[in-house]
Amino acid sequence: MATTVLGHEAHGVAPAHEKTGLWSWVTTVDHKRVAILYGIGALFFFLLGGIEALLIRIQLARPDNNFVSPEFYNQLFTMHGTTMIFLAVMPMSQIFFNYIIPLMIGARDVAFPRLNAFGVWVFLLGGLFVNAGFLFNAAPDAGWFGYANLTSTQFSPGLNVDFWMFGLQILGVSSLAAAVNFFVTIINLRAPGMRLMRMPMFVWMSFITMVLLLLAFPVITVALILLMFDRFFGTHFFVPMGGGDPILWQHLFWIFGHPEVYILILPAFGIISEVLPVFSRKPLFGYAAMVFSGVFIAFLGFGVWSHHMFSTGMGPIADTFFSLATMLIAIPTGVKIFNWIGTVWGGSLQLKTPMLFALGFVAMFIMGGLSGVMHASPPADLQQTDTYFVVAHFHYVLFGGSIFGLVAGAYYWWPKMFGKLLDEGLGKAHFWLQLVGFNLTFFPMHLLGLHGMPRRVYTYPKGLGFERMNEMETVGAFVLALGFAVFLYNVWKTWRTAPPAPADPWNGATLEWSIPSPPQEWNFPEIPAVTGRDPLWEAKRQRGGPLPEPQRVSGQGIHMPAPSYWPLVTAFSLPLLFTGLMLSSKIGPWGIIVAVALLFFGIFNWLFEPSYTSIPGVRGKTGHSH
Amino acid sequence: MTDVAHAAPAGHLETSTGLDSRKLAIWTFLGSECMFFASLISTYVIYRHRSLVGPFPHTAWTDPATGQVYEPIIEIPLVTVGTALLLFSSLFIVLALYGAQRGNRKMLLGWLGATICCGLFFVGMQVYEFTHFVHKGLTLQRNMFGASFFTLTGFHGTHVSIGVIWLITMFVLALRKQLPPENAINLEMAALYWHFVDVVWIIIFPVVYLMQ
Amino acid sequence: MTAHVTAAEEHAHGHPTPGTYTKVGLVLFILTALEVALYEVTFGEHAGALGDLRQVFVPMLLTLSAAKFALVAMFYMHLKQDNRLFTGVFVFPLIIAAVVILALAALMAYHMAFSKSGG
Repeated sequence: MATTVLGHEAHGVAPAHEKTGLWSWVTTVDHKRVAILYGIGALFFFLLGGIEALLIRIQLARPDNNFVSPEFYNQLFTMHGTTMIFLAVMPMSQIFFNYIIPLMIGARDVAFPRLNAFGVWVFLLGGLFVNAGFLFNAAPDAGWFGYANLTSTQFSPGLNVDFWMFGLQILGVSSLAAAVNFFVTIINLRAPGMRLMRMPMFVWMSFITMVLLLLAFPVITVALILLMFDRFFGTHFFVPMGGGDPILWQHLFWIFGHPEVYILILPAFGIISEVLPVFSRKPLFGYAAMVFSGVFIAFLGFGVWSHHMFSTGMGPIADTFFSLATMLIAIPTGVKIFNWIGTVWGGSLQLKTPMLFALGFVAMFIMGGLSGVMHASPPADLQQTDTYFVVAHFHYVLFGGSIFGLVAGAYYWWPKMFGKLLDEGLGKAHFWLQLVGFNLTFFPMHLLGLHGMPRRVYTYPKGLGFERMNEMETVGAFVLALGFAVFLYNVWKTWRTAPPAPADPWNGATLEWSIPSPPQEWNFPEIPAVTGRDPLWEAKRQRGGPLPEPQRVSGQGIHMPAPSYWPLVTAFSLPLLFTGLMLSSKIGPWGIIVAVALLFFGIFNWLFEPSYTSIPGVRGKTGHSH
Repeated sequence: MTDVAHAAPAGHLETSTGLDSRKLAIWTFLGSECMFFASLISTYVIYRHRSLVGPFPHTAWTDPATGQVYEPIIEIPLVTVGTALLLFSSLFIVLALYGAQRGNRKMLLGWLGATICCGLFFVGMQVYEFTHFVHKGLTLQRNMFGASFFTLTGFHGTHVSIGVIWLITMFVLALRKQLPPENAINLEMAALYWHFVDVVWIIIFPVVYLMQ
Repeated sequence: MTAHVTAAEEHAHGHPTPGTYTKVGLVLFILTALEVALYEVTFGEHAGALGDLRQVFVPMLLTLSAAKFALVAMFYMHLKQDNRLFTGVFVFPLIIAAVVILALAALMAYHMAFSKSGG
């Protein structure tokens, strides 16, 4: 008989869990495995988004080209944007949230392991849902931002927008679940002694990201609901003929959309703040300033959204307000840049691959930030908006920023996650190919934009002076692809032939480097006690030298959350619900009814799974058990 | 909050703040829900006077094409009763929780039952009101007031319904003696959600029904 | 287990009694009655009985609602007695939400006033 119903997260009693095999992955609630699942999804979708980019670049390499049709081109740039933002960069951040945050704070797992698993399954299913449109030659085609009333049934009668609308709704559930989970984890599961102002900067930036997720996603949820009502129930929220206003969509979307870009960059900021100190052999410069500037950026990030709408005629007061707020955000951002430079200044630089990507990040992000400040001026933006200048800006911050940062994190934490170091030579080749390819692809876009080439056009005529630069950009894109191929080769080669990596290959400062590579299921044999920032450097200082290689131990007596398949079962109800809606004209309400039933079935079984009372686990030095 | 692990009885899960993670999770979720309802309320406030045709909430309207007269559609009395009941249900569930935390099963079951009844009445009132409005010519599609009214109050009503299901589940658990004081946290989580749903109505009621 | 956390919190902070809760409930009921009475006296059956209140109607109404909101949050949801972290976790989004509602209403009102037919 179940001891405690609706008790805590189930803690396994004694019996060893299935560690290998497909079923152990299907039922996993281990944050490290959830991270790998995010990684598999992110890799797949990043490749997909990359192919979409290459097709775009091929089409644009020549004027008056007909490599793809205009309709397919619309699908390409819509899916490229949607995929890269929601299915590549955000899940890549999730890899590190999931794998690294519990390790950095000295925890055995996240606060709600099954909710964590639920999140990754919903992500994978949502990503497939958004892309399912391709199977029906109806991939989303109204832009990743889906402006009304292009998205109305009048102007988008097909299934395209439905796949986008419902796919994003599904993905939103995943993001919200993860946000609640990590918000609570970071507040509540820190090792003894790890005060908030002693947390690694990656944890701080992730924490702020969670707050942004919690506040921003509900807004796009409502926007998508209103759009769904317009498309399915005949309302006129965004239909002018019925009294609605398409501008409301823009407001709601960007109230979400602007915090979203900080969601995309803050984790990378955090990664850089980990990599630069380690590879400069110097603590992060200005820790407190970094925390407060991050908080300030997030808070201000909710007050700038209409800088995406300068061309909609909001009037001088609104324009001025949003312009000033946008320029203001440059200040805390600048603080971070100077602090990163201050970190590296006078340090003993180890120019390993993670460091190269981190330094590349700083340079590229500065450039992206500069074009951003240029956008902050409404009169200037009136020329720049809807041109390639904007495309240049956001690729410099999202690729030159987020992707460079995430790749730095990948090389940095790869040995910890997989027990193998990536090859340095290949890593350097990847870096230079990426740096050169990236700038070749996106720098000319600044000039193209100022010369007047519009965005989202499937072709351009001869004689406007756009040809040479477009050609260069296409070459650059393929250089980028080559760089990524080098990375994949590196992964494959080291998987097969590299020796096992030590626990601490980089002389790291934070707790994840104190345990074996890869960690055992329970992470720490004993929960560590922390007395300051950079706990591992502190420990090495006290010891007067490197720490001994941690041994793999038996996990006897450590109680970990039990595996479960209910998160996966529950996850299925979401795509089922929206499929049911899309098919409702043919099958009536039955799809919806079955989905809701499955949702309740999954939730009830999840909550009432025979759970175990919390059993005293191994008590660490500080008496902290988990 | 203190960063030192609380000295606690054996088997106690220690957290950095000494607070239960599940309670923190519910509050976090409710914070997020504030933005959800803020977006819906904003939409209502923006669109409620933007209808091209009636019926309107507080003024009568004659259709120029057909001559049909549409009376103002908002009726205060019934909604006020529902509002009051929802408020009282918050009191009732607090009393139920008080009983649960002290192992007073009669108090728990009695007041929890009362809460559920109020919740069911509120949902019933909403269903009645919706069908009544549709009868009088106001639908989702009819005008901007209809669209934003039904969407806002409909989603609130959905939240109430989910809350009722949650509370009924708690009631069944209590009947089966599976809600002892150690597990009162589960009722506390349900209660927080329930109060939130009430608090949202505290805003919706004046904005939708009383404001002109 | 966890109830020990809750119990410890309660005893430390002087938990309200059913009597307190009931009093709060009565106040909530009265405030609701005042809201409806205010409506009646401004727009309803007895409009004009206390003079023309239309200018002050919205501020007074929202004040009454805010008071009800605060009472439920502080007493029924225990924010007054609980750890301040919960208050922070709830109030911060509330502030952002309020700002967003006001900003949206203002921006859209301006927009709809200055655009031609149909919004």
